[in-house]
Amino acid sequence: MIKAVPKPLEEVIGRVQDFNKLLIAGCDGCVTVCEAGGMKEAKILASALRLYYTQAGKQAQVDETSLTRQCEKEYLANLSDKIDQYDAVVSLACGVGCQYLAEMYDNKPVYPGVDTCFLGVNEERGLYSERCQACGKCILAETGGVCPIARCSKRMLNGPCGGSEGGKCEINPDVPCGWQLIYERLKTLGQLDRFEKPVEPKDWKPSRDGGPRKIVREDLRI
Amino acid sequence: MRLQYPPTVRIIEVPCTGKVDIMHLLLAFEQGADGVMVVGCMEGDCHYLAGNLYAKKRVQRAKEILDTVGIGGERLAMYNLSSGMGGRFAEIVREMTGKVMELGPSPIRVAMGTAVRPIAEVAQ
Repeated sequence: MIKAVPKPLEEVIGRVQDFNKLLIAGCDGCVTVCEAGGMKEAKILASALRLYYTQAGKQAQVDETSLTRQCEKEYLANLSDKIDQYDAVVSLACGVGCQYLAEMYDNKPVYPGVDTCFLGVNEERGLYSERCQACGKCILAETGGVCPIARCSKRMLNGPCGGSEGGKCEINPDVPCGWQLIYERLKTLGQLDRFEKPVEPKDWKPSRDGGPRKIVREDLRI
Repeated sequence: MRLQYPPTVRIIEVPCTGKVDIMHLLLAFEQGADGVMVVGCMEGDCHYLAGNLYAKKRVQRAKEILDTVGIGGERLAMYNLSSGMGGRFAEIVREMTGKVMELGPSPIRVAMGTAVRPIAEVAQ
């Protein structure tokens, strides 16, 4: 899932302090799971902004709502009847949802309320870690289900490198070496012979090297 | 025990401080509270294991929010005591009332024009 963290309140206030009518739009998708952008966070941000405006002696209206997902037009359409009454919107969705909201209501200033971080897992509540970089060409089948692109600091295809020590990466002793993880996993699976065959250079075109990406599935389109 | 404490507090009972959310704390200030205190069980004694520890974290975040928006995090406090510590409860109500008296009315009440007299006078 997409992982995000709430933006510092000072930053959000700095962006919206001159508006009089604000809508805080949460997203009930990924960002709700990491407690950065669901209805609850929307209510907290709206309440904080109301307190800020009131103590500053300013009459301002701050309302909150939350959409099932902000990355789909059908759900964004739910804002169409009320968005005109607001001067600006703070989106608590990931960068995708925030952009799509801005795209759909192009005359409305839209500000992000979260910093979108990565595609990751919930290790436990409040602890999220990266697992995928959406490189567009999955090689997990060759690496025992552990991704060297996401989990090796150098994105090496044939590791580990000399910076791997005691199973940890040289960038930080708390970061496991991705290739150590791959080695251990392949050992468990009895597939260590995989190391005898180097991985071919990766085609990075499906990743960002090919510019902004698009998927066209003709089998799904009418 | 016939313990005396200032009539400045309005007690809202919850099953566990783990029920208290940041939203509830901020809402109290929006509605004009000069101070809010969360009173939970002793750490390690939560019937629900970690309710008071969650509350502690939420109170901390709410304090940071209050500092940022100009209300002042010192208006919010969390105390831990057991159900057998009535005397201590009366003491912390006096302590918190004293702290809020020093701080004066909440900037929200001042801005809304409802701070007709400082809370200090009420508490005396």
